[in-house]
Amino acid sequence: MYLYDQYDQAMVDARVEEFRDQARRRLEGKLSEDQFKPLRLMNGLYLQLHAYMLRVAIPYGTLNGRQMRALADIAETYDRGYGHFTTRQNIQYNWIKLEDAADILADLAEVEMHAIQTSGNCIRNISSDHFAGAAADELVDPRPYAELLRQWSSFHPEFSYLPRKFKIAVIASETDRAAMKLHDIGIRIVSNSEGEPGAAFYVGGGMGRTPMIAPCIREFVPLDRLVTYAEACLRVYNRYGRRDNKYKARIKILVHELGAEEYTRQVEEEFAHLLEQGVEPPIAELDRIRTYFADPDFEDGPKSVDRSDPDFALWVERNTVRHKHDAYVSAVISLKPVGGIPGDASAEQMRLMADLAERYSFDELRVMHTQNIVLPHVRIADLHALWSALDEAGLGAPNLDTIEDIIACPGLDYCSLANARSIPVAQRISERFAAKGRTAELGELKLKISGCINACGHHHAGHIGILGVDRKGVENYQLLLGGSEAQDTALAKITGPGFDEDGIVDAVETAAEVYLREREDGERFLDTYRRIGMTPFKEALYG
Amino acid sequence: MKILTGNDLKTGAVVWWTGVDWSIHVDDAVDAGGEADTVAAREEAARRVNVPYAIEAERIDGKVRPAHIKDRVRALGPTVRPDLTLKPADPDARDWVI
Repeated sequence: MYLYDQYDQAMVDARVEEFRDQARRRLEGKLSEDQFKPLRLMNGLYLQLHAYMLRVAIPYGTLNGRQMRALADIAETYDRGYGHFTTRQNIQYNWIKLEDAADILADLAEVEMHAIQTSGNCIRNISSDHFAGAAADELVDPRPYAELLRQWSSFHPEFSYLPRKFKIAVIASETDRAAMKLHDIGIRIVSNSEGEPGAAFYVGGGMGRTPMIAPCIREFVPLDRLVTYAEACLRVYNRYGRRDNKYKARIKILVHELGAEEYTRQVEEEFAHLLEQGVEPPIAELDRIRTYFADPDFEDGPKSVDRSDPDFALWVERNTVRHKHDAYVSAVISLKPVGGIPGDASAEQMRLMADLAERYSFDELRVMHTQNIVLPHVRIADLHALWSALDEAGLGAPNLDTIEDIIACPGLDYCSLANARSIPVAQRISERFAAKGRTAELGELKLKISGCINACGHHHAGHIGILGVDRKGVENYQLLLGGSEAQDTALAKITGPGFDEDGIVDAVETAAEVYLREREDGERFLDTYRRIGMTPFKEALYG
Repeated sequence: MKILTGNDLKTGAVVWWTGVDWSIHVDDAVDAGGEADTVAAREEAARRVNVPYAIEAERIDGKVRPAHIKDRVRALGPTVRPDLTLKPADPDARDWVI
């Protein structure tokens, strides 16, 4: 994985000291909250329902054991013993004191981490495929390109005050595991007819109150023009994005209002202009970055495991994914125990995951946008030992991509923007289906819950989505069906009137019953929905 | 009644105006009435509290209950982590929020 050079470290260290001074001045009353707020947000420090919340960047979700252990230490020393892994492959701490914030950033800097650009109207943490570098189906490892873009976008003076926040995802396989088309810019590394690598650009996607799927504005940008093209996309947005209305300020609105064709024309014009300016980093820099992502020393070994233990067999079946080396798999550690809080991990669990990464996965972990953790390179020969350790620690839930593997935002239990609680709904749904033993029968069923229209829980992209709303001061939940954030990206549609907390759990079960009744051989929930449409579900839900 | 709330500047903890100071217990809150804006401005200027604002609430049997669920969650703590709330031993605390 990427290691800081002297410039990276110096920048992060300088930012820590700058923030230490800003926090001191705020505590001494020399800065008002209005003056301090934009400064703390530039360092990922929010003020949430119960306390300050710190969001720490995990670039493209990749971290090592030492870093995970540092996250555990922060949880224990400065917070309340746990952290929350987010849908942006980051981690958040919910109980931070302002007087500790600079010390936390200093601790992060010691392990080459920070919280810079995890808030504000700038380019946020760049996300990627959580199986990058391990996936059997990828063209190349997308992370060197994500890292190049991270370096380009960090402290970029022109893009520090965009009309609104800006999110980029980079993948390199046809299978989309990063919700690429639901980003401001989605980049897919592809090859052209001559076999040369390049990048397809999808621009203007997003969720939130106006969900949109990004159109492809260019199918092939040569890799030695990647940054220049991204810069052209940003420049047009920065120039014409709606700064007059926060709710219309995302790039998706600009692309929609201009039309993809006109937006693309302007980007191409800007691209041609920028090519003359020579803004692209030298290809040697990309080559330098690539060396950090070289394959570890894979060894040949057994290609199958003894599945006589049914619990182990189920976990292998459900939570391991094919690797590009046939003696390895990628193993998913579920942070979704039945009735648990999606994405939460205690300091002890983080330390265990760090230990296991060092022992079994070449010291690498990945945070999934679905709020689980991946050990990307596990020898098949080590799988039973790994599972045994996870199972003993309560981290062995065999539920990847099932109805128990729910994405849920923090919701009204933690978030000042939320209108309704998300976590209790997720807990009750996973408990309901686990108790009835129906999880396996339902197969792949992606359920996503947001506690407000901002859609941090990706409800638009759920096979089943749930949106919490405030109805005259009472929590109410809308049910949506038919979304997908994979390569067949689709936006879910609302079924009809909302439900109360009890009613939404029943409604999900009703939708699942319709699927089981109507499905044909091999169909997932989403396939059945697409074949039969909304009507049978509405009839079952509303009579 | 109208009560004042905000977050402690140093710790970020949710606090309520008692008439003379700030408390982490909502039951200590007093009716700020028409003084709410004045008190909020004065206290924020004195750096005792962060972004104070007034909310509607009612006092029932000596206990203060904010009108909106968001403020009740703030008053108690996360309903999904009773161990981290101000009333970890109270089995009815979650129902009070909802």
